[in-house]
Amino acid sequence: MEAEDLGSERGGGGQQVIPALLLLTLVAVQDTTAGKQVYTKWCAGCHGDNGAGDGPGATHMIPPPRDFTGAIYQIRSTPSGQLPTDADLLRSIDEGLPGTAMPGWKTRLSDRQRRDVVAYIKTFSSFFADTTQRPQPITFGSAPGGGSGAEALKVGRQFYDSIGCRKCHGDQGRGNGPSAPTLKDDAGHPMFAANLHENWRFNGGGTVEDIYHRLRTGLDGTPMPSFSDLLDQKFLTDEQLWRLAQYVRSLSPTETPVVRDVIHAPLTKALPHAPDDSAWSAIDDYWFPLVGQVIHKERWFAPAVSGVWVKAVHTADSIALRVVWDDRSQSPDTAWLAHLGRVFTALADDSAREQPALWPDQLAVQFPVSIPTGMERPYFLMGSPNAPVYQWRWSSSARTLATAGLARGIDRFDPITGPGGGIATQAVYDAGEWRVVFTRALASPDTGNQLPLRTGRAIPVAFFAWDGSNGEHGTRMAISTWYFLALDEPVPARVFISPVLAMVLTLGLGMLVVWRAQQKTSYRRQQ
Amino acid sequence: MKGRIFSVVGSMLLLTVCSKGNQSSAAPAAPPTAAPTNEPAAPAASSAAGGTISGKIKFTGTAPKNPTIDMSEEAACKSKYTTTPTEENVVAGPANALANVFVYVKSGVPAGQKFTPPTTPVVINQSGCRYHPHVFGIMVGQPFEIDNSDPVLHNIKAIAKANRPFNVSQPTAGMKTTRPPFTAPEVMVNLECNVHGWMHAYLGVRPDPFYAVSKEDGSFTISGLPPGTYTIEAWHEKFGTQTATVTIAGTETKTANFTFAAH
Repeated sequence: MEAEDLGSERGGGGQQVIPALLLLTLVAVQDTTAGKQVYTKWCAGCHGDNGAGDGPGATHMIPPPRDFTGAIYQIRSTPSGQLPTDADLLRSIDEGLPGTAMPGWKTRLSDRQRRDVVAYIKTFSSFFADTTQRPQPITFGSAPGGGSGAEALKVGRQFYDSIGCRKCHGDQGRGNGPSAPTLKDDAGHPMFAANLHENWRFNGGGTVEDIYHRLRTGLDGTPMPSFSDLLDQKFLTDEQLWRLAQYVRSLSPTETPVVRDVIHAPLTKALPHAPDDSAWSAIDDYWFPLVGQVIHKERWFAPAVSGVWVKAVHTADSIALRVVWDDRSQSPDTAWLAHLGRVFTALADDSAREQPALWPDQLAVQFPVSIPTGMERPYFLMGSPNAPVYQWRWSSSARTLATAGLARGIDRFDPITGPGGGIATQAVYDAGEWRVVFTRALASPDTGNQLPLRTGRAIPVAFFAWDGSNGEHGTRMAISTWYFLALDEPVPARVFISPVLAMVLTLGLGMLVVWRAQQKTSYRRQQ
Repeated sequence: MKGRIFSVVGSMLLLTVCSKGNQSSAAPAAPPTAAPTNEPAAPAASSAAGGTISGKIKFTGTAPKNPTIDMSEEAACKSKYTTTPTEENVVAGPANALANVFVYVKSGVPAGQKFTPPTTPVVINQSGCRYHPHVFGIMVGQPFEIDNSDPVLHNIKAIAKANRPFNVSQPTAGMKTTRPPFTAPEVMVNLECNVHGWMHAYLGVRPDPFYAVSKEDGSFTISGLPPGTYTIEAWHEKFGTQTATVTIAGTETKTANFTFAAH
């Protein structure tokens, strides 16, 4: 919607004397004034007073805030190279851009405020005033049915390969393709190919329709091109492009994962030690989100690992904990060094600038030193000098043995040197995903420091992840808060026997009553 | 409890984001690229009459070595070369002649004078995972065609400020895309492929036909100039720009030589 249109809504009647043109001009000016107030209050902190994407918050963000001066917008309904429509701009403001720092404003600002701000951000670029640049939205059809069927997904996968999606997004879609480390936006900021397994983090939304629209329009300003020309040139049909969108959608869970606080570890006869042991498929999977560590210096605003998937199982004497997370690089990897340089440049923090180096990937699983008796737990961010936490620290540079130790705050980790200092692990890196299994005896050689694991108790647990190729080491990491691990107790025999016994007794009593009643009836008849 | 911790983390993030103020939006210099050996696109023929500016472009010092390109990911491109391909940042001819310099009339053409763009398109071809040509010009309003001769995915991203940028894909050989014409003069529009980070090309968009690209021997010719005094600019992707002032009277040929310094 044009600014003038917005204005006419507001202008209303009663101004017939003034020529319409003048009225519209006046109202348009009012609109951008109102929009400027909203913009200055809510938007300028990141997008900058002059709309150049250079507000004070900008240096903490990858991707950076939109620079409005070039009028280059990712999320559009128009062909690549065209301006967005007002509805496109309003949508990004309303919904935000998932996976970035841009929140949705629909519930925070009124309709009028959001429309005013659309009118205002358009004033940052002269393209919007150029009448030859009117956006012409693409008419999108609707998705063909049967999108989740095997045949449809096979067609989608075929085009995933043939049009080269894998070059950036990787063979399995985790943003780890061969070209992924080289990606930049127009201004040279580092860009990541989207992890197609996390559709709730897609900038333009995660539905099949959203994905199809992005394939048609491209994400202007980023390396993601438009694939509309392929339809024009009959390289594929519209239905096949929809199939591709459906295939991409199928890579993510049907529902966005929700956090369940307690990991239930069932009892089993034999522990699965290998990450790909078939026994894992029967175990419930728990998802926990991770966020950047921004509490202590050096803080970290661009964590690469957005969450972990956890399964646990135990026997009478041991536990196996499997942690799976997406990581676009198997660190250390020299292919990502130049990218890392761009990350450090983009995040010109208050911390000292570091030189890119080859760091490994790491994961830490954290417990208290003993199961707490009350609600009190140690500080979630790696304990404190007086109240340490017990951790297993795994690194991609020593894959088969994690180091157990006590963390006494974010910057102090004391490895355990005696018994219990090593935790057996098995790790697999496969197509952009780490799968690591930790195994340990339930009993511990030092019950005061090395958490003895017991069934039937809620054991606090937390997770930390580092992607070395993203510059993560030390305090630069992704963190979770406390959750719980519960080792299911063996089911006592009486649980199985009691119901059967109760049924037999009930049946017997019932039959007795019936028999007695029949006896009485036949006695009366005889009389 | 968990919620509280997250809100603490969240507010820390917000606080930090809102309170820290040192901006640095230093953009790393775009790594330039390759140049073709074939003839750069010639500007539209203008009136046979008029003056001509020609010259030679050289450089002093030692030309930096063009980085080699690792095409191991793209066997179909790699097979088009007998020796290891390199980028085309500095294409030098004999005696320090400098190719791929975009030379154009920066000012001096009367503002009101309009030039009709040719209807024949300017064509850029992707072959062997390099752009041909590597440096070229086009007129405002002239059709622009992008061809793919490689059986691999290329995306063609135009980075522009005065014009609308775009990013389109060509996943296979034989594809031809005609883009809407450029609408404003711009020296230069950068073209790049994000699948192959080494692929760069540079396109000068001009409102008139008075531009040329230096050949391998460093020579260039701009013809059909009406009488007047002109500022000529020579642009090179690595060595920057140089200008010269040339006055044309009648149908004469004037010489403008440029010498860049290789650092």
